Amino acid sequence: MTKAAALLLAGSLALAACASDDESSSGGTSGGGEGDLKVGVAYDTGGRGDKSFNDSAIAGVEAAVKEAGGDVTEDIQELSPNADGSDRAELLTQLAENGFNPVIAVGFAYGDIIGDIAAEYPDTQFAIVDTSVSEMGVDNLTGLVFAEEEGSFLAGVAAASKSATNHVGFVGGQESPLIAKFQAGFEAGAQAVKPDITIDVKYLSPAGDPSGFGDPEGGKVAAQGMYQAGADIVFHAAGGSGEGVFEAAVEAGQRAIGVDSDQYLSASAEQQAVIMTSMLKRVDNAVQGYIEDFAAGDLEGGSDILNNLETGGIALSTSGGFIDDIQGVIEDYRQQIIDGDIEVPTTP
Amino acid sequence: MNALRRIGASLFAPALAVVVAIVLTAIVILVIGQDPAVALRVLLDFGDTPAQQTQSIVVILNRAVPLFLAGLAVAVAFRMGLFNIGVEGQYRMATVIAAGVGAAVVLPAPLHVLLIVVVAMTVGALWAGIVAVLKVTRGVSEVISSIMLNFIALGTASFLLTGPLRGSEEGAAIITTTDIPESGRFPAINGLFGVLGLEQPRGQLFGFLLVAVVVGVVVSVLLKRTRFGFDLRATGLSPSAATASGIDARAMVIKTMLISGAVAGLIGLPDLLGRTYHFGTEFTAGLGFLGIAVALLGRNSPVGIAFAALLFAFLDRAAVPLQFADIPASVVTIIQGTIVLSVVVANEVARQITRRRAGRAGGQGGDGGPDAGTSAGPAGPAGTRITDDRQEAGA
Repeated sequence: MTKAAALLLAGSLALAACASDDESSSGGTSGGGEGDLKVGVAYDTGGRGDKSFNDSAIAGVEAAVKEAGGDVTEDIQELSPNADGSDRAELLTQLAENGFNPVIAVGFAYGDIIGDIAAEYPDTQFAIVDTSVSEMGVDNLTGLVFAEEEGSFLAGVAAASKSATNHVGFVGGQESPLIAKFQAGFEAGAQAVKPDITIDVKYLSPAGDPSGFGDPEGGKVAAQGMYQAGADIVFHAAGGSGEGVFEAAVEAGQRAIGVDSDQYLSASAEQQAVIMTSMLKRVDNAVQGYIEDFAAGDLEGGSDILNNLETGGIALSTSGGFIDDIQGVIEDYRQQIIDGDIEVPTTP
Repeated sequence: MNALRRIGASLFAPALAVVVAIVLTAIVILVIGQDPAVALRVLLDFGDTPAQQTQSIVVILNRAVPLFLAGLAVAVAFRMGLFNIGVEGQYRMATVIAAGVGAAVVLPAPLHVLLIVVVAMTVGALWAGIVAVLKVTRGVSEVISSIMLNFIALGTASFLLTGPLRGSEEGAAIITTTDIPESGRFPAINGLFGVLGLEQPRGQLFGFLLVAVVVGVVVSVLLKRTRFGFDLRATGLSPSAATASGIDARAMVIKTMLISGAVAGLIGLPDLLGRTYHFGTEFTAGLGFLGIAVALLGRNSPVGIAFAALLFAFLDRAAVPLQFADIPASVVTIIQGTIVLSVVVANEVARQITRRRAGRAGGQGGDGGPDAGTSAGPAGPAGTRITDDRQEAGA
């Protein structure tokens, strides 16, 4: 009996290990497109349909391809890595081998390997979102990087200004230097408005375990804990787990702040009521701009393209009108950051 | 004749499982509006040029090596009736510490590699040993403790990586340990392709493949040709009978878990010594759990696990080309999942068929027939019971 139970458990774990949510969608086949522009996209774990990072990237690619007169199903090839990400190098190599140019790697997880692969295929242009390439010394590689801490600072300003309990929260996906930038900016922004504010911080998974970006249940539990402890606004930088944060906000009757895309726009009606604002990280604009530069032959290569408050690549959304009354305050801080009067930290 | 029937019976279950899985997957592909024939063609198409074809072989073998080691680690414990679900944590702990030690010392090449391997095996064994000690001294179920230790291992590995063993500079997006110097790396064995007269692939074939083969042979001999292996299997089949015949069950639990953990410690090394040269936040995770599936599919025998690992790797290879053909890579996951599920069912079906046939044969020699002589142990009731189909029942 116990043996049967244990076997069942083992089997279910094995299946869980097999399960993955990577999903490729209607990418085009290699060969036979109309335009010259053939873009390869390698997704981060989670793939298309995350309503966040990956979706934003592909939106930018599609916009650029359309603009160039290409066909979005024929001229774009999307690839998702397997569940444990062990075939990432293979994705980039095969895109390059099949003649896709440029090849765009979505997510810093590719940062470890993309330098070597770009060096192997000098005739293909590569870009990587969220990783600085300026020190890699590869001419056909561009880094699309963002000043997330600046936008998170404004999110912190908004949260602190709106908090009635003087208590806010931050839910991060995986403990990593990238998400630490969100946390650092958020804390600095909140403290700039209210120096004595209480900020709860919770990461969903430790460094080395990316599960925190796809764990809505974990996100919900974390946010519930913060609301119960007295927080009334929770900012999440946790990818797909943010869905759980919004659910918790609906149940608690409190508010949440979205991330990456304007999450108000893709949310259900009851969640729209709680999504106060979103910290916009315009991966779509960055990717689109990159492809346009590529098509026009203006790529510098070997360097980074920085997107921040000044370039508009980072911003705070206003959908829903929840923060209209504090726009003045936010604008004031925004200008100070752009002018360099406020130096936003990148580590908490 | 009898041997032939036995081989047929042992191949029947996995073959049935694969067929069932393929049929189910074909239905799924049809439902999502794609052509199963295309998927099958992609699965079997290794590429147009000889170099692409050998590259596909490299991809499969490189994936199969860690899967094989993971399956082996799980199977050693399975054979004794222990469910080591903690292989995941054991290999994460082993890899991060081995990476740290490997980067910290400088030794002549063979010694350096040997040191890293020994460290990894020791850490894996010790981590698994915790499970064994808890079971022996406090009666804690190894299933519970090994799962719980996975979380602790994950957290500890993360702490070591971000703290004392951190090698990447502050602010880098990926946190890694310091790279292992040249002398600690395991050379690729691409020379193999030259010897076989095949085209050189663009990738590198893990030299650790050789180590995996040696480990497989050693484990196989240990299980089938030694007193220890006999004790292990006997305890797995019937702990009370084993104890009655003088086997120290508690010592066996500890020894088995140590061996299982030591093998688990090797899982991360093909990648560490052959490709990344450091442990990091993006180091391949989840191999320990896949190992459970591979061990189930391979019916806990080293040869079977080798085939199972190759099958999983063969399917994994298709994940990228399938997406080029507009078929979601999840198809691969579905096939793997259904194979594991159906193998559990098929094993049971095959066992019942064998049992019924044995019953018809008329009570002489028990269900295994005269082949019980393969075990090296003493004759008698316990000896005749250790036959292949009985072991499946144990799994």
